[in-house]
Amino acid sequence: MTDAGRHPRITIHTLSEVVDVKGNVGSFDVKIVKKARYVDEKACTACGECAKVCPVVRPDEFNMGLSSRHAIYSPFPQAVPSAYVLNSGECLGNNPVVCSKCQDACEKKCIDFHMSDETISERVGTIVVATGLTPHDPRALDEYGYTRFENVLTSLEFERLVNAGGPTQGHLVRPSDRKRPRSVGFVQCVGSRSARRGKSYCSNICCMNTIKSTLVLKEHYPDMDIKVFYIDIRAFGKGFEDLYTRSRRTGVHYVRGLPGQVEQLADGRLRVAVENTAGQSLDFYDLDMLVLAVGIEPAAGTHKLQEMMGLQLSSDGFFLEAHPKLQPVDAATRGVFYAGCAEGPKDIKESVTQASAAAVRAIRLMQSSQIRAEAITSEVITEQCKACGKCAEVCPYNAITVDPKKKIPAKIITAACTGCGTCAAECPFGAIVMNHFTDRQIYDQIDALLDERPSDKILTFACNWCSYAGADYAGVSRLQYPPNARLIRTMCSGRVDEDFIWYAFKKGVPIVLVSGCHIGDCHYIDANHWTAKRVDRVRKKMEKRGLRPERLQLEWISAAEGILFAEVMTRMEQLRQSVSEKEIAETIALLS
Amino acid sequence: MTTPTVLSMPGVSPGVLPSADGEVRIGVYVCHCGMNIAQTVDCDGVAAAMAKLPDVAVAKGIGYACSEPGQREIREDIATHGLNRIVVGSCSPRLHEPTFRQMLIAAGLNPYLLEMANLREQCSWVHMKTPEAATAKAYDLVKMAVARARRLQSLTEPMLPMTQRALVIGGGVAGIQAALDMADNGYEVVMVERQPSIGGVMAQLDKTFPTMDCSI
Ligand SMILES: Cc1cc2nc3c(=O)[nH]c(=O)nc-3n(C[C@H](O)[C@H](O)[C@H](O)COP(=O)(O)OP(=O)(O)OC[C@H]3O[C@@H](n4cnc5c(N)ncnc54)[C@H](O)[C@@H]3O)c2cc1C
Ligand code: SF4
Repeated sequence: MTDAGRHPRITIHTLSEVVDVKGNVGSFDVKIVKKARYVDEKACTACGECAKVCPVVRPDEFNMGLSSRHAIYSPFPQAVPSAYVLNSGECLGNNPVVCSKCQDACEKKCIDFHMSDETISERVGTIVVATGLTPHDPRALDEYGYTRFENVLTSLEFERLVNAGGPTQGHLVRPSDRKRPRSVGFVQCVGSRSARRGKSYCSNICCMNTIKSTLVLKEHYPDMDIKVFYIDIRAFGKGFEDLYTRSRRTGVHYVRGLPGQVEQLADGRLRVAVENTAGQSLDFYDLDMLVLAVGIEPAAGTHKLQEMMGLQLSSDGFFLEAHPKLQPVDAATRGVFYAGCAEGPKDIKESVTQASAAAVRAIRLMQSSQIRAEAITSEVITEQCKACGKCAEVCPYNAITVDPKKKIPAKIITAACTGCGTCAAECPFGAIVMNHFTDRQIYDQIDALLDERPSDKILTFACNWCSYAGADYAGVSRLQYPPNARLIRTMCSGRVDEDFIWYAFKKGVPIVLVSGCHIGDCHYIDANHWTAKRVDRVRKKMEKRGLRPERLQLEWISAAEGILFAEVMTRMEQLRQSVSEKEIAETIALLS
Repeated sequence: MTTPTVLSMPGVSPGVLPSADGEVRIGVYVCHCGMNIAQTVDCDGVAAAMAKLPDVAVAKGIGYACSEPGQREIREDIATHGLNRIVVGSCSPRLHEPTFRQMLIAAGLNPYLLEMANLREQCSWVHMKTPEAATAKAYDLVKMAVARARRLQSLTEPMLPMTQRALVIGGGVAGIQAALDMADNGYEVVMVERQPSIGGVMAQLDKTFPTMDCSI
């Protein structure tokens, strides 16, 4: 922390938020709003004279409200920057009649009630998103009586209570009577691993955090009675199982089963009813204190940032990486990277590892004063564009500007275009050219394929990243399948224009197969959901026109699914044999 | 759908050789890959058939297209026959497209004037028991590649300016680590933190697993 604060090349804006991001890799224009601190950050020596005279008393957020602070305060002793901060909402005001006590107390005259919010503009080449986590808030569900019973705490509150720098100097006390508890229970998976009671994912850190807490307690208070209520303990990391074993050896009692009910007894103790799923019994435990191992959720404001920057979130609400295995810290938007819990629940070690990886990925782009952009991008033929706006609607990268109201034709932001080709496929006026995968190139491939004996063949469109790679994998595995299909490779299945399909049927092909990455795995964010819609649309039209819709097939095949690819090929061949020469001749007549 | 004929667009520049924007001269190479392809597909037969297609100036079988002697042969053909489009029927482009693109650059051609037909992973290896059908498929695949090659255009990768500074949003342990790594490597970093201090959740912890030591 202090290293970052002192570093000559790091500028830290606290009390600040990013409110706008424009541009693209190499030149992002960022607008930051920095809220007024009312204390001169550079001049303040954190002597603390101001806080001593402040009459306002408020719960201290840093200590989870377990202690108090004044309206002018230091966030915590090691804060960076170390300057005090004044909360204008709590302050009584600068009217000397009302208060202004702090201003009088500050010898260096650092306090300025007239300070205002500042807007800062920065141009940067890359962005690391490290917005972290919010602990699960147990108030909403309140299944363990968190809002009703004083002695039920969250794990973060507990952390402050056992922290040597915390409100009790690290002495654990029961909030209700400030006495040391003789027994403490920990409840695992609060807000995790249940779609009904919070989030369905595992929060990753709470098992180990509880194990850590039990060891800390046993070290200080060896005869304390400690119980842990859990579904199963996840101690998967390096050295983790060791800590778990140590915790059990010190006598911590691990009970498999989560409390069904918590009630408070007359003496302030908590009675916990647990169905022990290991022993199939209903047990009751009376405990002095209960700690809820709350899960990890995405930081507040994640959605706002996601929309502002055109990023993606996974279904659990954390930022979605470009590829879960091979690009785990890259965003799909070039030049943006993720680090830490912004991307998913993880511990410090993993957060730091990911942060270093993100730094290197960013440096890789920043090391030269220029970067090479994608050559395979789309282009608009302005004269043909009717400014309908379809292309901008389907572009997963916000790489197209067009104004349908003012009839301003489409324009491709080449730097942001990644070349999926969905716009070219969806443009109703043929006004978009996809370089290297032009309509002309693809029609000529179809012609070359279907000029001779079309009824023997299956036209297959395959995307570069998944289904084409799946076909390669079938080959590497030497899987044998019928030899009738011919592949046309496009970068993304989103490129497959409806007209390619009609053209192939008109040329006498029995079967057309469109294949791509599974939904959710698309290398162009979600371009393939346009593929799915399009295939659906064409099938409906086929039905209306009297063509068997089965002759158009859609399959999602990943790069690892060689076996599936071979199976699909066998199925396609069976389908092909079901299409008679007569049916083909009828189709040709119908479409001509 | 109207098939666009406008091809003189930004980003699309003519090939390096004078003939690239005029006459199309395609070289077709059907790789044996030792016996990997040749034992199932009649490579030389496919090459001979390609030689009859319009715009094909050279078509031949080749032992290992990717090997240095193979690449040298193609480079020499490019020079002596004035080839300006290259079709290689061999393994998957996912394997050797970068190799052959480099070869084109070395021969003075734009790397996007290459097209590959996948005769190994998607033909000879998966139709081992039906060599005739495999050869028919190989014929189609290379013919399609030739058709596409005829329409290929040189492309250039545009250069964008790079501002050599980074923004880090969030000053928790992850943001701090990323900022330090970049700053220590000489890059300027702007860090934006919502709270009055950086540190994030870790600043609130005392002992942390797995080392059980202090976190700040
Ligand atoms: C109770 C508890 C105990 C834990 N114990 C351990 C342990 O013992 N060992 C261990 O390895 N891990 C532990 N962890 C996990 C550890 O805290 C995290 O791995 C780590 O804090 C993640 O760091 P981060 O930088 O990704 O996120 P955070 O620490 O959450 O930091 C994110 C920062 O970004 C700021 N921010 C968020 N949004 C914005 C925005 N829009 N604009 C500007 N700034 C923003 C936040 O204010 C915050 O300062 C524990 C977690 C909890 C909840
Ligand atoms: S880490 Fe443990 S306590 Fe946390 S959600 Fe996963 S299983 Fe439950």
